[in-house]
Amino acid sequence: MLGFIRQTVCNRGVSVSKSQLRFLVPGGRNYASGAKEMTVRDALNSALDEEMSADSKVFIMGEEVGEYQGAYKITKGLLDKYGPDRVIDTPITEAGFTGIAVGAAYHSLKPVVEFMTFNFSMQAIDHIINSAAKSNYMSAGQISVPIVFRGPNGAAAGVGAQHSQCYAAWFGACPGLKVLAPYSSEDARGLLKAAIRDPDPVVFLENELLYGESFPVSAEVLDSSFCLPIGKAKIEREGKDVTITTFSKMVGFALKAAEILEKEGISAEVINLRSIRPLDRATINSSVRKTNRLVTVEEGFPQHGVGAEICASVVEESFEYLDAPVERIAGADVCMPYAANLERLAVPQIEDIVRAAKRACYRSTSMAATG
Amino acid sequence: MAFSAKIIQPLSLLSPRSDNKTNNINNLSSPFVGSINKLRLSTPIISSCRTHFGSVAAVKSDVIKDSKKPKSDTSSNLLITKEEGLEVYEDMILGRAFEDMCAQMYYRGKMFGFVHLYNGQEAVSSGFIKLLKKEDSVVSTYRDHVHALSKGVPASQVMSELFGKATGCCRGQGGSMHMFSKEHNVLGGFAFIGEGIPVATGAAFTSKYRREVLKEADCDHVTMAFFGDGTCNNGQFFECLNMAALWKLPIIFVVENNLWAIGMSHLRATSDPQIWKKGPAFGMPGVHVDGMDVLKVREVAKEAVGRARRGEGPTLIECETYRFRGHSLADPDELRDPAEKAHYAARDPITSLKKYMVDNKLATEAELKDIEKKIDEVIEEAVEFAEESPAPSRSQLLENVFADPKGFGIGPDGKYRCEDPKFTEGTAQV
Repeated sequence: MLGFIRQTVCNRGVSVSKSQLRFLVPGGRNYASGAKEMTVRDALNSALDEEMSADSKVFIMGEEVGEYQGAYKITKGLLDKYGPDRVIDTPITEAGFTGIAVGAAYHSLKPVVEFMTFNFSMQAIDHIINSAAKSNYMSAGQISVPIVFRGPNGAAAGVGAQHSQCYAAWFGACPGLKVLAPYSSEDARGLLKAAIRDPDPVVFLENELLYGESFPVSAEVLDSSFCLPIGKAKIEREGKDVTITTFSKMVGFALKAAEILEKEGISAEVINLRSIRPLDRATINSSVRKTNRLVTVEEGFPQHGVGAEICASVVEESFEYLDAPVERIAGADVCMPYAANLERLAVPQIEDIVRAAKRACYRSTSMAATG
Repeated sequence: MAFSAKIIQPLSLLSPRSDNKTNNINNLSSPFVGSINKLRLSTPIISSCRTHFGSVAAVKSDVIKDSKKPKSDTSSNLLITKEEGLEVYEDMILGRAFEDMCAQMYYRGKMFGFVHLYNGQEAVSSGFIKLLKKEDSVVSTYRDHVHALSKGVPASQVMSELFGKATGCCRGQGGSMHMFSKEHNVLGGFAFIGEGIPVATGAAFTSKYRREVLKEADCDHVTMAFFGDGTCNNGQFFECLNMAALWKLPIIFVVENNLWAIGMSHLRATSDPQIWKKGPAFGMPGVHVDGMDVLKVREVAKEAVGRARRGEGPTLIECETYRFRGHSLADPDELRDPAEKAHYAARDPITSLKKYMVDNKLATEAELKDIEKKIDEVIEEAVEFAEESPAPSRSQLLENVFADPKGFGIGPDGKYRCEDPKFTEGTAQV
């Protein structure tokens, strides 16, 4: 019944180099001259800036967030604007400062904790789970924890095994946490603002390679009260033949894959999950009921991943609607290698998504085919 | 030091600190810190460990030589007034009676899971927490029943939380190890040792933030973090000592050194067992006090709380104390030497305070007996209340996971944002 899980070993196919990928802005269409473009980095910076000026209880804590202007320059300019009392450089003590932020949140301050990468959150995971996520439940609603944990998540370029893990699945499993994964600038702005305003602990998984990418933003997005709902996925591209669910950097790949599939006559619907927890099962299921085929894409490890949960959810709720086994694309079941070619093999590429979609549509050819 | 010996000499027999034969509260010539001489933290008393900060005093017991004082005959020499004495006595009796009742209830099956009792350590809880205001915060470990009681959480609520009833302070969802009370600023109740220390440091951070950033000028709330000797080997402890001293946070780190971490003797686990020394290494005063003597504890606590309120920063206080029972009610407690237990049982803080009050004519035996009777009734009522309270309803299982009930984020108009059709698709066209 469920025998469908394929490995993502990408052994052939069109190899797209990393530099080329940077120019593959999703869609790549021309816009009306009124549309402004904004990088994800600027989107995050402006969101933090606006939330800090709106509420003096919001403060930022993390390594290098102040004088260094942020390890990835996300908090650039905030120290000058808000001072060292609100943009706090910490010693290298993840467990300590995360716990301090949680303790401050117990007393209704609104900390934004930056992890230089989410890999370092493992040093503080006791506080993220045990003292932040579980506190509202353990105290029966007396103590809520309005904290945001943010930072880059997932693979970057050549940073090795200990800096490349994706934490969406681990944090997504915990009740009491909200887990968000933005893709575009609009997502970044809207979801970060929603996260800071939210009275519960939010894990905000950014992506380092997306920081420099530009996306068009409308005037509504630039408004200082703009917010996106937590728990709602976005249908980035409508289609009718196969549903592709994905989040973070993989959304860009999926959209490019959808273009390629369009040329082959397969109309793919791409869903940007935006929210890993709560997962928008309604949107996913209604899309699957429309297209009858599902491909889940993620960058993290395959076992117990986000795709596994989506697959289980679809099987539970829309089994009769499935015309083909669910295809699950994930990173390779190894920790991230360093060599550039091996790294490319360990992370899903566009041609993997194309092949999986074709398999789901029963249009596949042998493994040796070029995508 | 015999690392492998099963019978560990009690700390007192190894160091000149506690002279058990003559140690009672009246002996003001004891080398302990908690005497009627004010603790002079400002004079640089350099102990055998070097520090960079000349103004930081590491107070070591054999460095301070108290002059011999006669037995107190004038009331100005007494360490405590009658009202304070009765308040502290009542609090200690409450703690002891409550924990004894917990043991009874556990063996009758009304309480279950992990229950860690505080018998013997009451002087620390009462000595410190009774000096706090309601807005000050307390963070504790799993041995938190008495800290919650001292801070003001009603005994009936704590008892029914232990029974797992819906009327408990956490509606039965927390349990013995997770006592939270927003009203009384008890911030937990943590099962992982060392976990409460950063949270307490954060609460102290909030106090400072409110004063300096939010401009609440009179916010001088302090936080007390209680933890044990085993915790002092944990990384988070050191991280927080560093940051608390670095940012001068209004926190008091209280080490309840009862010499044992389950079955691991403090001496077997620690390279330098003198925990108070770890304070000066980070730039804060480190103080050692006899934790079986509530009056000495109170003296030291007053200084530390005063320091914190004035913005002078954190203090590390090591209280030498002892737990009369095992680590938890499931612990057979076979590794501790009966002689050690007897030694500390003779120094029971409650009997010591009783003797002090009676000898110094602060209270009569009858008054103290009345207090004990009153507490007995309070405990009885608490048990009855807990027994008669209902268990949580089934619908309570999924409640309180998020502060906003469905977890979807509430928009400015009070409705769930995701139900607003305008937000379904996002706005930028791709």
